Amino acid sequence: MNIQIRGIHKAFASFPALDGVNLDIESGELIALLGPSGSGKTTLLRTIAGLEFPDAGEISFGGENIASRPVRERGVGFVFQHYALFKHMTVADNIAFGLNVRKGSARPSKEAIQQRVHELLDLVQLSGLDKRYPSQLSGGQRQRVALARALAIDPKVLLLDEPFGALDAKVRKDLRRWLRELHDKTGYTTIFVTHDQEEALELADRVVVMNRGRIEQVGNNQQVYEQPATPFVFDFLGSVNILPGEVKDRQLRFDGSDDVWDSESKESGLVDIYVRPHDLQIVDAAAPGLDATVTLVQRAGALIRISAALATSGERIELELSHLDTLARSRQPGDAIRVAPITFGLFPRAPHRRPTTLPDVVPNAPAENRERARN
Amino acid sequence: MSPAIDHSLQDPPQLPREPLIEKNAVITEAPWVRRTLTAVALLFLCGFLLLPLVAVFVEALRNGVETYFEALKDPDALAAIELTLIAAAIAVPLNLVFGVSAAWAITKFEFRGKSLLVSLIDLPFSVSPVVAGLIYVLIFGSHGWAGPWLSEHGIKVLFSTPGIVLATVFVTFPFIARELIPLMTEQGTDDEQAALSLGATGWQTFWRVTLPNIKWGLLYGVLLCNARAMGEFGAVSVVSGHIRGQTNTMPLHVEILYNEYQFSAAFAVASLLAMLALLTLGIKSWLEWRHSDELSATRRH
Amino acid sequence: MTSAAPTTRARALRPRSAIPGFGLTLGFTLLYLSLIVLIPLAGVFLKSASLGWEGIWHVVSSPRVVAALKLSFGAALIGAGINAVFGTLVAWVFVRYQFPGKRFFDAAIDLPFALPTAVAGIALTALYAPNGWIGQYLEPLGIKVAYSPLGVIVACTFISLPFVVRTVQPVLEEAEKELEEAAASLGANRWQTITRVILPTVLPALITGFTLAFARAVGEYGSIIFIAGNLPMVSEIAPLLIIIKLEEFDYAGATAVAAAMLVLSFLLLLVINGLQIWTRSRRNRK
Repeated sequence: MNIQIRGIHKAFASFPALDGVNLDIESGELIALLGPSGSGKTTLLRTIAGLEFPDAGEISFGGENIASRPVRERGVGFVFQHYALFKHMTVADNIAFGLNVRKGSARPSKEAIQQRVHELLDLVQLSGLDKRYPSQLSGGQRQRVALARALAIDPKVLLLDEPFGALDAKVRKDLRRWLRELHDKTGYTTIFVTHDQEEALELADRVVVMNRGRIEQVGNNQQVYEQPATPFVFDFLGSVNILPGEVKDRQLRFDGSDDVWDSESKESGLVDIYVRPHDLQIVDAAAPGLDATVTLVQRAGALIRISAALATSGERIELELSHLDTLARSRQPGDAIRVAPITFGLFPRAPHRRPTTLPDVVPNAPAENRERARN
Repeated sequence: MSPAIDHSLQDPPQLPREPLIEKNAVITEAPWVRRTLTAVALLFLCGFLLLPLVAVFVEALRNGVETYFEALKDPDALAAIELTLIAAAIAVPLNLVFGVSAAWAITKFEFRGKSLLVSLIDLPFSVSPVVAGLIYVLIFGSHGWAGPWLSEHGIKVLFSTPGIVLATVFVTFPFIARELIPLMTEQGTDDEQAALSLGATGWQTFWRVTLPNIKWGLLYGVLLCNARAMGEFGAVSVVSGHIRGQTNTMPLHVEILYNEYQFSAAFAVASLLAMLALLTLGIKSWLEWRHSDELSATRRH
Repeated sequence: MTSAAPTTRARALRPRSAIPGFGLTLGFTLLYLSLIVLIPLAGVFLKSASLGWEGIWHVVSSPRVVAALKLSFGAALIGAGINAVFGTLVAWVFVRYQFPGKRFFDAAIDLPFALPTAVAGIALTALYAPNGWIGQYLEPLGIKVAYSPLGVIVACTFISLPFVVRTVQPVLEEAEKELEEAAASLGANRWQTITRVILPTVLPALITGFTLAFARAVGEYGSIIFIAGNLPMVSEIAPLLIIIKLEEFDYAGATAVAAAMLVLSFLLLLVINGLQIWTRSRRNRK
């Protein structure tokens, strides 16, 4: 089932949770909605599910606008962050719930329901646990029951809200791989929300990076990591050095340096240069580059992390180098080095230099407002 | 590097901005259902709670304000008020000391039989007030175990103030303890351990650390305890002997007046008790509203 | 008390804790509890034991006592039942909906806890007597509330009203909204969600509230005697019978009725505790 989202606006009180979101999802895709808390990713997911209703905009499943259709008629499988299993029901009853509440001829026979429950238990590898209560299961098992329950209604689209958020690191990794396999086996169009970039990049076909109620970039994991469309994406997906510079006649010059690099940017003017720590290298003193003084060297396995201060401005930069790098391996604090970027991103100079990760006050607002709106 | 332009970054098409479905329709009911349910609930509350309360005041003032105050100035009525105050003034502090002591033992320490002890403290709540009175009649009555010995020594418990106090203590026994136990369990022992580690003595720790932490919960318990102490009827009725002007508390006085068909006077005295109830509820709501963090979780609204 | 040279027994009882005052507070607690509650209650049991089962049975099985016990328990059950239905409704409305005067009504729910029972009794009688505020409209319809078993039910409902509301309310407040959303996303309509998801969630609290309300109403005396009319065999409740027997100096008879009621109270306490343990273990089974 392909999904089209057009111009979705949603505000809680005066806080704009979604601010003009457009998105196309192909049938059978596995999509990650990635962003910091308060970025609107969960609201977008809940809007697709019909748990929230947009102030404006259209949502189509397979070409049919379902924006005004209530959740129970949408046929979405929703897996909640804390599973929301019915505590008074056994695992089997939980999974069968969506079938048991169907009316009349739409409800499968008892035997059919039982068979479906057992198929799903096999699918999520929990065979034999059908008589247990949710409280008797581990976190990972509960997560899989929640998934089986959502799949029981044969949903048009599977939606997962922070599916691994409440699990510990080891279980999380296992479940991640397992979910990918399950997706490939079943082929449901799947959207999941996460704030963990590693999770998004590893699991999803395409990643939707969100910030402040807007989509910053949509792309496969290579695109969003290697070609970030905005300063926000650059900063959110991995760490980054931001250095001032200027573009003139398609040539980039770092502030305080006479060397120039070719630039694809046609526009001339002041820019922020975004360089990932592993896209910096140490070069010979004669090569083009920036002079700096090593301030700290940390060795983490095969990685050497070097902090250095630029000779011109004193600005701190971070480098991540291989332990095989001969120019890097014997550096000590105090050494003078010359640093050159391998690749970088250019953005017009922002008034405030640091990229805008959201302040912590914002994330709580939507949840609070949601509560208020409900009461 | 040229940023990949995605259509999602372009301006959204202009669409109408009205909400498509009423907010949060997912987990609530249709407006008419909501209104009907609210109306039924409020009607039930009005009929069962507010109407009786209004009736007390209306009936009390039915024969005019003068009759009202005359009924209150009656010497028997004044004696009843005095006895009620005395009984509460003795029972509440006794149960206060007990409540704090029991809560301290139960929440600051682990010991065997703790849950049994908690159940036993609640016991007076599940005993009919009349049975509570009966207990003391069996002990102190003229045919009781202690009765003959007491009358030999000229001590009168039954049909006099001590009996009334005892019965009151019994029925209000759990109030303060059961308010403090959950509160102090939630608060844990960290504060006390910190104070002790800083060199405070046990008493200093209690007065300067524990008491300030539990003061609102304590007041809450005292409030409920006092309301019950002043309003208790069944247990006191059994042990009082109904001697006018001597062993009648306010609720008993209400009964006597009522049975003598002095309805206005009965309702006048009752209105005093009703005002006490309203005051209690008022302070209680204020506590739940302003100091909810310092009450046990079950009391927070 | 247990501070100096603890004996083996004291050591077993005494917890290892940095906090002082265990001996003092527990000692006082046990002493006071024994003096005020345990010893007197044990006295009633001794007294009733001295009557023997036959003696008790002889008293309890007399038609008047049976009728009184039936009325006390029956009216209390019905009153608690009414409150189970309306109390849950009230709790639901208070937790889920907004309406003017909510804080006021919320405070008013505890009125039966705060209002002396005698006051409640005469007030309810003023309302439901044949010439009363409400009674005058019911009388032509042939409905007699005051001075009949119906009056006992009304009083029982009044005094046990807060229990169900106050036990169900916090559970509803804490119920995860996600459970309802999950039910809706699985295709359940609102009614199915309420009956299959919400009600089972609050059921343990509802049962507890019902039992508490029942226990309170069974022993109630003050509010009932005014409205009941106290006709033997018709509207006479068990606690009143105890008082009547006491006034006739029939201590044995009074004790027998009390013992019957006490045994029932203890059974109820056991049921409540058992119920709580059961619901807890069912949900938190490891």
